[in-house]
Amino acid sequence: MDQQVVYITLAALFGMFMAWGIGANDVANAMATSVGSKALTIKQAIIVAAIFEFLGAVLAGGEVTSTIRKGIVDTDLLTGTPELLVYGMLAALLAAGTWLFIASRNGWPVSTTHSIVGAIVGFAAVGIGVDAVQWGEVGKIVMSWIASPLTAGFIAFLIYQSVQRLILSQEDPLSRAKRYVPVYIFFAAFTITLVTILKGLKHVGLDISLRDSYVLAIAIAVAIALVGAYFINRIEADPKAEKKEHFVTVERVFGILMIVTACGMAFAHGSNDVANAIGPIAAVVSVAQNGAISAQSALPLWVLVLGGIGIVVGLATFGRHVIATVGKNITHLTPSRGFAAELAAATTIVIASGTGMPISTTHTLVGAVLGVGLARGIDAIDLRVVARIFVSWVVTIPAGAFLAIVFFYIFRAVLP
Amino acid sequence: MANMLANIFGSSPVKPLEKHIEISYRCAKQLHGFFRAAVSGDWDTAASVRRDIEALEHEADDLKKEIRLHLPKSLFMPVPRQDLLELLLVQDKIANRTRDVSGLVLGRKLEIPASIAERFLDFVDRNIDAAKQARKSVRELDELFTAGFRGAEVDLVQKLIEELDRIETDTDDKQAALRAALFKIEKSLDPVDAVFMYQVIELTGEIADMAERVGRRLELLLSH
Repeated sequence: MDQQVVYITLAALFGMFMAWGIGANDVANAMATSVGSKALTIKQAIIVAAIFEFLGAVLAGGEVTSTIRKGIVDTDLLTGTPELLVYGMLAALLAAGTWLFIASRNGWPVSTTHSIVGAIVGFAAVGIGVDAVQWGEVGKIVMSWIASPLTAGFIAFLIYQSVQRLILSQEDPLSRAKRYVPVYIFFAAFTITLVTILKGLKHVGLDISLRDSYVLAIAIAVAIALVGAYFINRIEADPKAEKKEHFVTVERVFGILMIVTACGMAFAHGSNDVANAIGPIAAVVSVAQNGAISAQSALPLWVLVLGGIGIVVGLATFGRHVIATVGKNITHLTPSRGFAAELAAATTIVIASGTGMPISTTHTLVGAVLGVGLARGIDAIDLRVVARIFVSWVVTIPAGAFLAIVFFYIFRAVLP
Repeated sequence: MANMLANIFGSSPVKPLEKHIEISYRCAKQLHGFFRAAVSGDWDTAASVRRDIEALEHEADDLKKEIRLHLPKSLFMPVPRQDLLELLLVQDKIANRTRDVSGLVLGRKLEIPASIAERFLDFVDRNIDAAKQARKSVRELDELFTAGFRGAEVDLVQKLIEELDRIETDTDDKQAALRAALFKIEKSLDPVDAVFMYQVIELTGEIADMAERVGRRLELLLSH
């Protein structure tokens, strides 16, 4: 009994540390585009992030959590020695958390997802045995890391091209924007709602048929689009500001859209990245409670809630500063461009969440930004920084793995 | 703390370029007061305006260096970096020519013959108009970037450039007429002054030439 309490307490502690780190750092990237383009103030961004991160984690975070929890390590090999899985998952959490902490202090661009996956593969391959890793599944995850920025970039490219053609290059961009922006709002809301209903709701005990899911998603999206249209129609052109820059009012219309995509981005991030913290907790809790590894055990809802709370706390304590810093530096990502990047990234991430693929939010967002850039939407992109991000892709995985192996051996020696 | 998402956006050259043409234009605009003072022989005022011109020219120069510094080769932009740098260079030359011509006139306390003074001042103002139209065209740069260099915005800038060309042609005509007028009275002038007067006319006319070249550079951006 005592042993179980120790395991669960440690898992909760390490998991909260990790979730706090995600909230402090990762969420800021997801929200900063909205702050930078002045669609939201920092305070509003934090409120939006808190609500939608939490909803994303609880409603749609189940699939990725289950991948992290039991998709990477072949638990069949551990039926005799379930405590190894506990040590390993604790080591992975601490390793990823530590690595993220070191990396953030030094300003290295790293991904929470890459570090936790690297850490789990590391402890399993070295601590247990090469066969303990489900290499097929790991291969799929690595493929998704390549595919997700490409997909987001492609979608962002198409979205921004359509914005240029339909609105920005037209004679009267304002009336065009008022007409088309609600349509974009509809698509943003529809994609995210649909994936949530299809993939997420069964984790909270709701089961809806496929046809009803579509009907419900369309209904919700139409409702959101109508609310958006109401606010858009209230926007009046300011002739004085217009004289100096023609797109001022148009950008304000896109600002409304960006509030919607910011919610979507926070939701998507919560649905994917929260699993990095709570997947391992869930694995530990399940072993500790049952005394054995059971593949059937459901994900306890309180674990999802715990992860959601950790992220929100990280955001409130530390994330606001990061949002402010990043937001200040990306002011020329105006709402018309920022929304395209956010919508593309959010769509890609939510779909990945639905299929249980743990991908990097930040890398996906970077891919989306590059997509907007390729559509001639961004004044200047520094390719050196892009190159550094690609290097960090590779470095983070062995770093997480190495730390996890060290912690694994320590835990095996120290813990009961 | 450095953040990769923040750093991925290179510093945009668009607003600084717009600011640079603003300074160059304000510099050229000083010639209006400068030459009025020179024509009336008020060299104190002329010297004080000349100091403003020098300050503005310096400011434009500093900004030019700043922009170049923040435009590394690793930047990925919708338009070639080289074209932006050349646009910057001709914008800067508007300020340079302003400084040169005002320095020449003040240094020699060059007297502008009364019989052509009116015509000359009109010529100066038309050159300033050209610089102003260049500013108006460059100010559309951020809209051009937003619209992805296509559609209605491109048409608008093309119209601005056409107007710029008309102004420049006008300065050419005025310059020819001014030279002809000067030719008629040159015998009555001090020979050295007469030579320098031709040079002042030439240099002043180059302000509109540079403004026109700003238009040409912008046009090059449009064709990408």
